[in-house]
Amino acid sequence: MIRYLLKRIASGLALLCLVSTLTFMMVFGATENVARNILGENATADQVKALNSRLGLDRPLPVQFGDWVSHAVRGDLGPSWTMSESVTSALASRLPVTLSMVTIAVAMMAFVSAMLGIAAAVRGGWADRAIQIVSVAGFAMPNFWLGLLLVLTFSVELGWLPATGYVSFSASPSAWAASLVLPVAALVLSGIASASQQVRGAVIDALRQDYVRTLRARGVKPRSVLYRHALRNAMPAALTVLSVQFIALLGGAAVIERVFAIPGMGSLTVSAALIGDVPVLMGVVVTLIIVVVIVNILIDFLNAWANPKVRMS
Amino acid sequence: MSDINTAQGPIQAAPQRRHFVRSVLTNPTGLVASLVLLIVIASAIFAPLLAPNDPSAVQIFKVNAPAGEGYLFGGDGSGRDIWSRLVYGGRNTFLGALITVVIAASIGVTAGLFAGFYGRKLDLVARWISDGIMALPALIVLLAFYQALGASIYLSMAVFGVMLSPGFFRLTRNLVNGVKHELYIDAARVSGLSDLRIITKHILLSVRAPVVIQTSIVAGIAIVVQSGLEFLGLGDPSTPTWGGMLQDAFSNIYVSPRAILWPGLAITATVASLVLLANAIRDRMQQSGIQVRAPKIAPLAASGPQPFPGSDALLDVRDLVVAYPANDGWREVVKGVSLSLKRGEVLGLVGESGSGKSQTAFAILGLLSPGGRVLSGAIRFDGVDLARSSENDIQALRGKRIAYVPQEPMANLDPAFRIGFQLVEPMMTVLGISRAEATRRALKLLARVKLPDPERVFRAYPHEISGGMAQRVLIAGAVACSPDLLIADEPTTALDVTVQAEVLDLLRDLQKEFNMAVILVTHNFGVVADSCDRVAVMKDGRIVETNTATDLFGAPQHDYTRMLLDSVLEDGQTRTYRPPVVRGLQA
Repeated sequence: MIRYLLKRIASGLALLCLVSTLTFMMVFGATENVARNILGENATADQVKALNSRLGLDRPLPVQFGDWVSHAVRGDLGPSWTMSESVTSALASRLPVTLSMVTIAVAMMAFVSAMLGIAAAVRGGWADRAIQIVSVAGFAMPNFWLGLLLVLTFSVELGWLPATGYVSFSASPSAWAASLVLPVAALVLSGIASASQQVRGAVIDALRQDYVRTLRARGVKPRSVLYRHALRNAMPAALTVLSVQFIALLGGAAVIERVFAIPGMGSLTVSAALIGDVPVLMGVVVTLIIVVVIVNILIDFLNAWANPKVRMS
Repeated sequence: MSDINTAQGPIQAAPQRRHFVRSVLTNPTGLVASLVLLIVIASAIFAPLLAPNDPSAVQIFKVNAPAGEGYLFGGDGSGRDIWSRLVYGGRNTFLGALITVVIAASIGVTAGLFAGFYGRKLDLVARWISDGIMALPALIVLLAFYQALGASIYLSMAVFGVMLSPGFFRLTRNLVNGVKHELYIDAARVSGLSDLRIITKHILLSVRAPVVIQTSIVAGIAIVVQSGLEFLGLGDPSTPTWGGMLQDAFSNIYVSPRAILWPGLAITATVASLVLLANAIRDRMQQSGIQVRAPKIAPLAASGPQPFPGSDALLDVRDLVVAYPANDGWREVVKGVSLSLKRGEVLGLVGESGSGKSQTAFAILGLLSPGGRVLSGAIRFDGVDLARSSENDIQALRGKRIAYVPQEPMANLDPAFRIGFQLVEPMMTVLGISRAEATRRALKLLARVKLPDPERVFRAYPHEISGGMAQRVLIAGAVACSPDLLIADEPTTALDVTVQAEVLDLLRDLQKEFNMAVILVTHNFGVVADSCDRVAVMKDGRIVETNTATDLFGAPQHDYTRMLLDSVLEDGQTRTYRPPVVRGLQA
């Protein structure tokens, strides 16, 4: 078990190193226009040159990378080129916002798709049809368009919920919840679409196993056969979907945050991308990879709990 | 976003091409989806003919104008014609999707073919890379690369193609793993074809159809993501795009709310048609997987056939017919079986596989596989007709009065739970005893079925014990609540020869100890000779002969019985009273 987890952690670290190296080469390798972007069209060549040297862009790429790494391992992701704060502090204030939104979305998605998937697996009928409709709709409607429709309906027309803006939990829990309803709803639909189908398949698979018949032949109640035995065996498949969906939602959050003017990682990334604030982009990618690796290891933990065989290997 | 994997499940080799396309189009969903797709693509191609205005022409008095006066859907935030922009917007959308699909498919399919075909190290490396790419939030990476890639959306879509290639890779790799050991591949190899030729000629052909489905899905994902990037402002502002139109409509949402509808509807309709088309193709390929609609049948008559007069049987099965839904109505697997069993009697149910003996057993337990139905006949257990009892009533009998020992011991223990729990849980439910009492009894039972270290087995997970031990556990579970009737479905078939005899001995001892009636389903005459009082021989869902064990071997009545017995002897093995010697008819 411990060996298994150590292996997963090592694999995660390798991924982190590889991706940060590649991303660095990519984003810092294309910085010719950055200084001009920041200074504006009218800047002189000397001004551009001075800025490039102040940002350290006149050094060879490997030197820049070594410098970045030596600071990054100490938690210092460098200064932002366009904001007055450091990348680390910008991320520290943005990450919790995005994570809280995505976590709520994943929890809701897991709950709804588990219910829908089980109902469809056991009963078929209406639940099956609901899943089919939701899965086509969830796949075909861009989440930000769904978000716009929700804003149009519930904010512009009905005035029930705030159209945009984010209130922090500490400022007002109820306003915080109200500000997250529409973004979370827009985020989860596509997740529910694919996750409920996977749950349905996994439960149907589990219920087809021989041991289910044997448990029933022993007099175990159908409720226990489904919720205790079949569901536990369907867990690994469901958890895999959860990890895939978590990654998808992190990306999806970028657009949704833009629609609802939520000051999270996503809106930070978008503005940094448009203006070319390279250290911020680098920081976002590295942070998100770390988050993804941690979440995947957590899911491996859960998987090991659900599936005793994994613990052995 | 790239997690929709439609090509799961059994997919048969693609049928003949022309026939195939036609059959997808005769499916209403497939037809509508193809039509919508065709219309959208055609209007993008013929945009200059369909658009009344230059999509970039600005008319200042038409800013956020309502529909009409030359602007079919009104004007956008800069006074441009929404309809014309919508028609032209399809062009860059389809080009972007095409780029993504071509790159994703060529990288993914190639890598999948080679990794699947050669396996080992190449496969390991390719899988690690593919898992790594899948761990990245694609949209964030595209945003991060935006400056490096420049303002062209097509470069971004190319990178996105790389990020979606794992979907194709995994699909192809798994399919290749499935076919590479097929005989026709071996044959091609023996006949001297080069690996490359085998891969391109034979294997590529067999993965074609699932790849087409995946292509359709990936095109949908690409369209959605591209519109997202453009919505964020990452596209070229000088070309009309659906995502860009949504961005414009978003900034004017209070002034002209309707403008957000059209581009969104265009995206949704296009992507939905792609998905539905993929579904239609998949349905066509998985025809065996399509749920057969069970034909309507009348419920069982209120009372079944009467028992034999004066019968004192514990179990009396009369004219039992069991059927499963099939393409053309119900397919009967048990066609009028009658048998009866006294308390403490052991009945052998013998026949080749597919003769309906297991289905008869499951019908008695009320545990037919999904779809299975008792069409007629009666199953009287201690005077109650189980064929006409509610599921709850049968549920109350199972485990308590009727027990079951399965064929494959390892497949019949829940891998996720400790063995102890799997014994304790049913006892608590059926007998209503405490956990402590159930634990005490379970340990006693494990000792009774002669497991060497009951405490250890109790704590073990199923994968930690051997098949023989697992079968002893299952027998312990079956007799846990002292049932009156035990149904053992080929209890020794899956076991090692050396273990078979011990397990049969154990069953026989327990049968005497609890005075159970036993139905021993088997295809092994050695087992029959050794353990059974009477024998029923089944063929094609019918019982052809019922006899005492002694008479059956001494003077078989039916030709089929004789043939079965002869085929055992022809194997050159003599029948003895040590059952393991005869390996069975299928050996």
